[in-house]
Amino acid sequence: MRRLTATAAATVPLILAVITGFLVFYAARAIRFNGLAFFTTNGWSIGNQYANPIHVHGILAMPGMHFGIVFLLVGTLASAFLALLFAFALGIGATLFLTEIVPTRLTRPLSTFVELLAAIPSVVYGLWGIVFLAPFLARHVYPLVARLGEAVPFLARPIGAGYGLLTSALILTLMIVPFITAILRDALLAVGPELREAAISLGATRFEVATRVLLRGQGRTLIGAGILALGRALGETMAVLMVSGNALNTLPERIYSPISTMAAFIAAQLDSALGDQTGLAVRSLAEIALVLLAISILTNILSRLLLRTSPPLRV
Amino acid sequence: MSDPSRRTLPRAQIARRRLTAAAGWSLAAAAFGILALAMIHILGLTFVRGLAALGPRILTRNTEGTGGGLHNAIVGTFALSLGALLLVAPLGVTVGIYLSEFGHGRFAALVRFLSDVLVGVPSIVLGYFGYITLVLKFGWRFSLAAGAVTLAILMLPYVVRTTEQALRRVPVALREAAYALGGNDRQVVLRILLRAAAPGVLTGLLLALTLATGETAPLLYTAGWSNYVWSGRLIHQPVAYLTYVIWSFIGEPFRSAHRLAYAAAFLIVIFILLINGVTRFALARFFGESR
Repeated sequence: MRRLTATAAATVPLILAVITGFLVFYAARAIRFNGLAFFTTNGWSIGNQYANPIHVHGILAMPGMHFGIVFLLVGTLASAFLALLFAFALGIGATLFLTEIVPTRLTRPLSTFVELLAAIPSVVYGLWGIVFLAPFLARHVYPLVARLGEAVPFLARPIGAGYGLLTSALILTLMIVPFITAILRDALLAVGPELREAAISLGATRFEVATRVLLRGQGRTLIGAGILALGRALGETMAVLMVSGNALNTLPERIYSPISTMAAFIAAQLDSALGDQTGLAVRSLAEIALVLLAISILTNILSRLLLRTSPPLRV
Repeated sequence: MSDPSRRTLPRAQIARRRLTAAAGWSLAAAAFGILALAMIHILGLTFVRGLAALGPRILTRNTEGTGGGLHNAIVGTFALSLGALLLVAPLGVTVGIYLSEFGHGRFAALVRFLSDVLVGVPSIVLGYFGYITLVLKFGWRFSLAAGAVTLAILMLPYVVRTTEQALRRVPVALREAAYALGGNDRQVVLRILLRAAAPGVLTGLLLALTLATGETAPLLYTAGWSNYVWSGRLIHQPVAYLTYVIWSFIGEPFRSAHRLAYAAAFLIVIFILLINGVTRFALARFFGESR
């Protein structure tokens, strides 16, 4: 029994090793062809597919072929960090409200309701984004933001149709905020009554107790939860694919500009990459997948070191 | 400076702190309000438009171009996620048993950690991996097998973790009693522990199932799409599934396509909510705790 179950357990490391191995093996030719320019230059082009293939560093390629993903790095990082910022603000606020103000009896049911946000499939967020959020923001919210931030070039008009960086970040916010609320709520509920009582007896208001006493001890927890949430935001595919505007090779000039992310780009580009007869485009997509894999492993290690427990599962 | 016997604070300071508190709590309440409102709006939109689109013909007809029904997609979603569940259940539960009953050393810690890593791997990466291995290398092409295996990899860490947690909740006394009666590892685990932990293990499996039914990215390049009902072939035949309808049909400029997307979203969301509700209720009943 012991040996049988241990053998089964070995499949978990094995699967991860096989995924990494296959992606590296498959992307190898693209990694050699792209070199460092993959990360430092901007522009994704499968070249002139009607010309005669040429040899670059001994690799068969088409003239004009180039794979530089700076626009994807910028889109991915900008949307994820913006989402993390919003998620921190909303998540910390909501959790303090739920644990310190709402009657204890209602804390769990109401948090569960908010955390149901994590159970909604990505593609349903995308649908909601297309049908409601993007048009709503473009019509009622972004004009306001643009008027208030007229002097800031990043916030000024034109606002476009609502598909872009800010809309993607807002949808991502809803998707990752449960990580922050779930982890912070458990941490706050685990704080004994002594701290609260001591602070109140010293004359602190309840708000001061919450922000200066309770939150102060949660720095490590918050950073851990934040990194975990960031990891998920960086790898999110369908919702971003549906509301990001799917920019190709352009860098966002304002907060409303269309973007694309690494994950969404893989989903969007495979069809066109398959049209490349040298196979380098498909292999370069595998290189992007490899970068995403590395990021997810890294964020997991970091959050694990900070939180010292397993991340909460979805649902 | 101030007389130590008079321990009252200046009035202005008290007023300022009260104001800060009021403003702060208002913002906190607003944060909760925004999240709750978004949740309600998403559910409301899915339900209202989904129910309006739903009809008997949608359930019985196949998709035809951008119209028709969802019969093929419903069958495909069930085949894909149940297939994945069949693949992952024995393996995941076994790994969970190992971690809970025998996993005390370094190797177990590594498995636990890598299982958490696997939870965090973006689903599109798993989908792309499935594409280059199963679809291309193994030559399965877009097929039920390729989609189900990819989904099974995605579900594995969830099943592992929920099984481990369920088994850990079984009191140590039960293990001691079983071993004291002369049971060996196999008998204790299979006859006593798994039986006692069955509700928790089943809950984990059901939650993994909801996860699989809601996924799109891992299936895009493994299951493909088909206008016909899955005929039972495991490889070389693409399969339709509901989430594909949502993603692809909402982008079409036809009302018939939108109706199908809303109906598909409704079916997926109601299925996930039902399973969630049932499992939460079951958990509360069996373990006397509300989660």
